[in-house]
Amino acid sequence: MDLSSLVEPDRVHRTVYTDQQIFDAEMEKIWERIWIYCGHVSQVPNPGDYHAVTIGRQPMLMVRQNDGGVQVLYNRCPHRGVQVVGNLKGNTGSALVCSYHAWSFHLDGSVRAIPLAKGYEGTRMTRDNPDCGMKRAARVDSYRGFVFASLAADGPTLLEFLGEAKVAFDDMCDRSPVGEVEVVPICHRVMQHSNWKFFMENQLDALHPSVTHQSTGSAAGRVEKRIKAEQGSAPLYYHYLSAFASSFEQWDSVQTINFPRGHGILKAYMGLRPRDPDTLEHEALLKQAYGEAKTEEYLSRSIHHVLVYPYLSVQSPLQQLRCLRPVAPDKTLSEIWHFRLKGAPEAIYRRSLWYYNLVNSPATMINADDLENWTKGQWGLQSKGGDWVSFHRYYGDDREENGVTYSNHGTSEAVMRNQFKAWSKYMQAA
Amino acid sequence: MANAKDNVGSRAIPSAGPDFEHLLAQEVVIEAGDAAPTGAQAIAPDHSPRAPLPAHDAAALPKPALVAGADVQREVEHLLYRQAELLDGKHWQAFIDLFADDGIYWMPVTREQTEWEGSPSIFAEDKPMMEIRKGRVSHPNAWSQAPMWETNHLVSHVAIESTAGGAIEVRSRFHMMELRRDSIRHFGGSYRHTLVRDAAGALKIKLQRVDLFNGQAPFDYVLQIWV
Repeated sequence: MDLSSLVEPDRVHRTVYTDQQIFDAEMEKIWERIWIYCGHVSQVPNPGDYHAVTIGRQPMLMVRQNDGGVQVLYNRCPHRGVQVVGNLKGNTGSALVCSYHAWSFHLDGSVRAIPLAKGYEGTRMTRDNPDCGMKRAARVDSYRGFVFASLAADGPTLLEFLGEAKVAFDDMCDRSPVGEVEVVPICHRVMQHSNWKFFMENQLDALHPSVTHQSTGSAAGRVEKRIKAEQGSAPLYYHYLSAFASSFEQWDSVQTINFPRGHGILKAYMGLRPRDPDTLEHEALLKQAYGEAKTEEYLSRSIHHVLVYPYLSVQSPLQQLRCLRPVAPDKTLSEIWHFRLKGAPEAIYRRSLWYYNLVNSPATMINADDLENWTKGQWGLQSKGGDWVSFHRYYGDDREENGVTYSNHGTSEAVMRNQFKAWSKYMQAA
Repeated sequence: MANAKDNVGSRAIPSAGPDFEHLLAQEVVIEAGDAAPTGAQAIAPDHSPRAPLPAHDAAALPKPALVAGADVQREVEHLLYRQAELLDGKHWQAFIDLFADDGIYWMPVTREQTEWEGSPSIFAEDKPMMEIRKGRVSHPNAWSQAPMWETNHLVSHVAIESTAGGAIEVRSRFHMMELRRDSIRHFGGSYRHTLVRDAAGALKIKLQRVDLFNGQAPFDYVLQIWV
């Protein structure tokens, strides 16, 4: 497969979204090598707590250890290959036990007991063989409580992989006076009938909101205006929806920063620093913890979305995180999480909760139209009506410095061009 | 790169420098302005891919059932049946009108949740938010509403639990089939209505709690309207 003929600097061939072989290669060369987000430490607070997670095509388990650490194991019994844990989450007690023949394992995956061990005497499957344990992910690391695993022994460290996109986690945690977040233990899962790339491109595509979300933006704007007229002001959550119908020029005025490895930031926030008592109380707590200057630095970060390419979209000012688990070329599971700022006022959590409910819930008034676009996009790319996907908008207008591409146009397709640059690099590696 | 253009507009491209954090410090706030309409404001409804929307005048509404005698059980059942009919008939305003002014439509994620505010919900809507949802699905350019889309609700097992304190607590079960484009989805679960009487004596919904039995399973596409 000659991938170099499929990706050009200003356009890509439609098959990168539709072809099964390319999808399989993506799983092998990208997902099953790079650092993949497994979950937050607060999802598994106690020893034996586990959370199932898929890395590429591999069913894995994130397990809290007795020593407080977190381990990531292949969910596979070394005996006959049966998945050891059949649930999404729970607590496994002091051992993982296979339901088929009762092989059991310590929380770190090492073998604990083999039933009828005598039967293995003289074979190569005795308990001193490391193959008798559940295999571990080659590398596990975390950053500010967010746990990642890599199935490849070699490669960049987690921090090297994240690069400047680590600001997603800093920006989230720094808004807590104790510098930590904890997970809200509910995960919305929504299946997208489209290639994972549609979502990643869409997240930093500032031309689409005004078109795609016209119906919701204008309906919300109408109600917001009426409430403002009646009551003098309207709660911030109306703005979460009405802002989607801002003009092309407004969205275009937003800047994007595009990093190596495909990560990127769409700047601009949605009026999240009002001067109401809740915000002021939150700011006072941060100033107590960090001082005036640091607090100002933290709260003036202008971020709408941070992308950790190719699978994570973090809306740090609102503590929302969406993680993609690709299933097939035309099928992508999205996992949608919300986090609480530890030590911050309850009202700040509730404010961001409105965004989680209105935009990110399975009754979302925003993604309903996105999902429709991506489904039709996937079908359109099956078509022989044309072979190329265009990324020409503001091509040649970007400024590139040390591998980072800056664009003054929120609507520039610099974002997609940068993502495919990273994609090619991954896919062409040996 | 080829075709380098002059940078449009007065804003200079920011210098990269050794770190990028200072770039994030520059404020850009998305908010509505008074500029000439573009984008959402400029997409004419006559480009809508949707079929013309049906009329929702009084004549189009299903006729209320006759309730003989002062039978609260039957009165409540007819309200629930009517709500189902209004949803299936896409009579969104008439659906909203079933709620008291401070009425809430709430679909929690788990059965353990007890308050409509303060934890993640699938729906958590007061009347202004319901009006936004109605406005969205009724909009000519609600793109996701363009494909064929119908629902069919059944409501049963209606049990009044309490009539104390001027409020009626009633639980029931529902099954909703949804046709979207070429496929059918099923949603099942239970309703819990808290009903009150308005000044004219009519029953109004103060709180409708909807527990989907499959609310924690992955959603294949999303829900566009109340269940």
